Amino acid sequence: MKQVFSKNYWSDKDISLLVGQILRTGVILASSVLVIGGIWYLIVHGQDAVPNYKDFVGEGKSNTTISGIIVGAFSKNIPQIIQLGVLLLICTPIVRVIGSLFGFVIEKDKLYIVITLIVLTVIIGSILSGVKG
Amino acid sequence: MTILTFTLILLLGAFVAGLLGSLTGLGGGVVVIPLLTLLFHVDIRYAIGAALLASIATSSGAATAYVKEGITNIRLGMFLEIATTIGAVIGAVIAIYMPTNTIAIIFGVVLIFSAAMTVRKKNEHAFSGGSALAEKLKLNSTYPLDGKLVPYKLTNVVGGFSLMGVAGILSGLLGIGSGSLKVLAMDSMMKIPFKVSTTTSNFMIGVTAAASAVVYLQRGYMDPGIAFPVILGVLCGAITGSKLLKRMNPKTLRIIFAVAITLVALEMIFNGFQHKF
Repeated sequence: MKQVFSKNYWSDKDISLLVGQILRTGVILASSVLVIGGIWYLIVHGQDAVPNYKDFVGEGKSNTTISGIIVGAFSKNIPQIIQLGVLLLICTPIVRVIGSLFGFVIEKDKLYIVITLIVLTVIIGSILSGVKG
Repeated sequence: MTILTFTLILLLGAFVAGLLGSLTGLGGGVVVIPLLTLLFHVDIRYAIGAALLASIATSSGAATAYVKEGITNIRLGMFLEIATTIGAVIGAVIAIYMPTNTIAIIFGVVLIFSAAMTVRKKNEHAFSGGSALAEKLKLNSTYPLDGKLVPYKLTNVVGGFSLMGVAGILSGLLGIGSGSLKVLAMDSMMKIPFKVSTTTSNFMIGVTAAASAVVYLQRGYMDPGIAFPVILGVLCGAITGSKLLKRMNPKTLRIIFAVAITLVALEMIFNGFQHKF
C-alpha cells in the first residue's frame, strides 16, 4: 500500500490519465444505464400520450432522493433506472475532483489539497443541505 | 403525440444541439433550453434541469481528449472552482425565488453575449508578466505548441476569480455551463492563451454544473422522460462535432450560428416580457 502513495509510483502523467479514465468510465456507465432504461421505457410506454411538460409539477420523492432512486432502480422501476443514469452522470465530475485530490496528496501540495477540499465541501454541502425550495 | 415520437424528435434535436454546440464552442446545454421551451413547449424548469445534464455530459465527454494532451491547467481550474461552485449553489437557490419569465429574459441576454463571444478574436499569445499572487498560487504553467513547451504566466487573479463567481451564479440560475464567461475571465482578464482557457473552462463546467445539478435533482427539475433523450442526443452530437472539428475550420458556420442564436435569444426575451414562460 505504501508504494501506491509514493510519488515515484505515480507520475503527473499517470494522474491525468487516471482522471481521463474516470471521466470516460463515468460517461460510458451513465449512458449505458440511460440506454437500457430508455429503451425499456419506450417499449412499455412508447404508445402512451406525452405527459404534460408544459406545466411544472416537479418530480416525486422516488425520483429526487438518492435513496429513492437506488431503491426504485433495484426494484426495476423504469423511471428510477433512468434517474440512476442521471445520478451516475452527476457523480462523474465529483469523482474527478476526488481523483485530483488524490494527485495533490501524492505531490504533497498542501495548498492545493486545501483548495480541492474546499471545492468538495461546497459540493457535498450542496447535496446534504437538500435545498428543495 | 406519443411518447415514442416525442422521444425520437427530442433525440434528434438534442443531437443537432450537441453537434452545433461543439462545432461553435457554445456548449450543448445552451442550445437545449430554447429547443425544449420554444419548440417543444416544455416548462423552462424542466428545460434547465435537462440542460445542466447536457452540460455535464459534453464537458465529461470532451474532457477525456483534452486531459491527454496536457493543456488543461488543473491547479488553475481547481482554484477557480471555489468561486464557480459557490456561485452555482447561490444561483440555484436564487432560481427558487425568481419568476420564470425573468429567468428566460436573463437567459436570452446571456445567450446573445455567448454568441458574440464565439466570433471574437482570441488571445493566442503566452503572457510573460505574471502577478505575484499567480506565482504564490502556482498558477503559471506551460502548454505544448508545435512540439515545444511554451511557458505562460497570468495576472489579475482577483478579477478573474470574481468574474468566475458571476459565471457560477449564472450557471446555477440558468442551467448552462457559462463557458463563454469562463473563457472571458481567463482570456481577457487573466491573459491566458485560449488553448489553455478553453480546455480549463471545459474541465470546470462539469464540476460547476454538478454542484447545482444536485440542487435541481432534489427539487424535482429532472424528469426521466426528458433527461435520457437529451443526454444521449447531446453526447452523440458533441462527440461527432469534436471529430469533425479535427478536419474542418467552422469559421463561417460560427458566424451563421451566432446570428441564428441571437434571433432565438431575442425570441426568448420577447416571450419572457410577454409572460409566456
